[in-house]
Amino acid sequence: MNLSRRKFLILLPAAALAWESIKAGTPEAAPNYNVSQHWWAMLVDIEKCIGCGSCVRACQKENDVPDGYYRTWIERYRISEVDGVENIQVDSPDGGKNGFKPSNEQGLKEFFVPKMCNHCADSPCTQVCPVGATFASPDGVVLIDQKYCLGCRYCVQACPYGCRFIHPETNTAQKCTLCYHRITQGLTTACCEVCPTAARQLADLKNPKDPIHEYLRTHSVQVLKPHLATGAKLYYNGLDGAVR
Amino acid sequence: MPTFEGFMYPNEIELQWSVLIVLYPFLTGLVAGAFILASLERVFRVEAVKPTYRLALLTALAFLLVAPLPLQLHLGHPERSLEMYLTPHRSSAMAMFGFVYLWYLMAVLVLEIWLDYRRDIVMLAQSSTGWRRLLYRVLTLGSYNISEAALDLDNRVGWIITVIGIPSAFLLHGYVGFIFGSIKANPWWSTPLMPVVFLFSAMVSGIAAVMLIYMVVSRIRRTPIDMRCVDAVAKYLFYTFIIDFTLEMLDLIHRIYESDESFRSLDFMVHTRLFLSQVILQILLGTVTPILLLAVTQVFKLSEAVRKRIYSLAGSLTLIGILAMRWNVVIGGQLFSKSFLGYTTYKMGLWAREGLATAIVLMLLPIFILWVLVKILPPWPEKEKGLLSHAASAGD
Repeated sequence: MNLSRRKFLILLPAAALAWESIKAGTPEAAPNYNVSQHWWAMLVDIEKCIGCGSCVRACQKENDVPDGYYRTWIERYRISEVDGVENIQVDSPDGGKNGFKPSNEQGLKEFFVPKMCNHCADSPCTQVCPVGATFASPDGVVLIDQKYCLGCRYCVQACPYGCRFIHPETNTAQKCTLCYHRITQGLTTACCEVCPTAARQLADLKNPKDPIHEYLRTHSVQVLKPHLATGAKLYYNGLDGAVR
Repeated sequence: MPTFEGFMYPNEIELQWSVLIVLYPFLTGLVAGAFILASLERVFRVEAVKPTYRLALLTALAFLLVAPLPLQLHLGHPERSLEMYLTPHRSSAMAMFGFVYLWYLMAVLVLEIWLDYRRDIVMLAQSSTGWRRLLYRVLTLGSYNISEAALDLDNRVGWIITVIGIPSAFLLHGYVGFIFGSIKANPWWSTPLMPVVFLFSAMVSGIAAVMLIYMVVSRIRRTPIDMRCVDAVAKYLFYTFIIDFTLEMLDLIHRIYESDESFRSLDFMVHTRLFLSQVILQILLGTVTPILLLAVTQVFKLSEAVRKRIYSLAGSLTLIGILAMRWNVVIGGQLFSKSFLGYTTYKMGLWAREGLATAIVLMLLPIFILWVLVKILPPWPEKEKGLLSHAASAGD
């Protein structure tokens, strides 16, 4: 190739721009967002959740989630107790997308539990992915590279919380991304934004001004299946021992 | 959509791993088992099993060539499977499959078969004509030296490869067990015993398969079955089966005694959805019955004809039992919710990509490959080869 100095100098800024555009694919290149300054988590206050399903609908719309699959869902627990024996009934019709029919049974302990990816710090799903298509971003969000996923489903098996599914059209694993496209732009997640009772709150554990720190200090907060030591970052306030 | 009862997490209702993933450990198990049987003769100098030596190696190769196919057919993006070799994720148990597989295929099995057959290949390259001549010439890899010294060297190198091959065979199938056993999210799978149970069940299935194939092939070739050999193989099958059954029972008793939070769920499953495949097929028909049948042959002096029938029956039941065991592990492990509050069902399609027809083809494919391999590399002693060609020409 015969490239004169003049042409080279003209092409140089274009190449630099192209390189910037490539770099823009990484979160670091997004303006005002630095991955090293965040460590994302979510807080769910079970006592505030009314099971309206807004979060499920918002998530499906925001992330184009196919019917019958869920990046987030709501479970309704109804627990009765006779002679010291607990009877646990759980339902989640359509993932709780359209809310729940009121229960007429008396004397039950009843509550709603919103569920989603726990964005575990030591996530079993990223551990087992054979090609590293599932990975944890430096800001603590577990993501999936859709162009790299083999669709082997090992991660679906490894997730203890049932948060993953295989998208019927892309044949790749999918799950909650914590609305990464939103939070890196300074927005909150779709589910948090629409929650009418603020039962869900996005939290940045690296931000010293985030109210999560005060909340964690003053409340009895629990994660799901703590014995599995996944480093789950979906913190529940008021979590009943019956919840799995 | 599968029917379910109780509560399943909404994404759990659909099973992720189908009957093809049942075949994967079954096929690799046969490979490992057949190889370990072959190595008995080579390394431990068990002369009695010599008639099965080459047949066992070819059986292992035939099944090993098919082993990755169910995985490939199962992937959502099979065209990306090479990424497992190019950019393996080191923390993933599954990522190592490609390397373990290639190591076993290329560094152990193919090499050992080539060294063992090298003299035959050279002689066939010189005596055959047409495309067979070309094929054998390629298989010689340009080495025509079959002097005593060269064959002695082949033999010594072959011995070393077999010695390396035994832990490799253990690795191959123990590793498959680890893929399941290391999933802490699933209590049905998560046990350190899983690789060991997989390994011994692999040995059981491989030994049974080679014993059956040897008897069937002998019948097809109308050559007498070497009963000293089959008796020895059956004895090894019996001993290995006892260890395998003991390990499986240890796992079961441990679960019952510990009765952790998953126990009620798993117990319910064994008594309902898995009753036929686990209690009837795996334990009673596929394990206890063949062990008792084999025990009878060890204790009583039976006639040759009766022993042959018992071995055939015990071998067939063993294979059914081990296939049922793989089914119960893979499918059984997905029938209950990780919430321990519900159960789903598995409906196998007939013509679907991961359906019954595909599974049957994948089960028959190794038999076809073995047939081709046997045609190219006859595993019989030389004095019998004349009989074979005679029989073949008579058949034509």
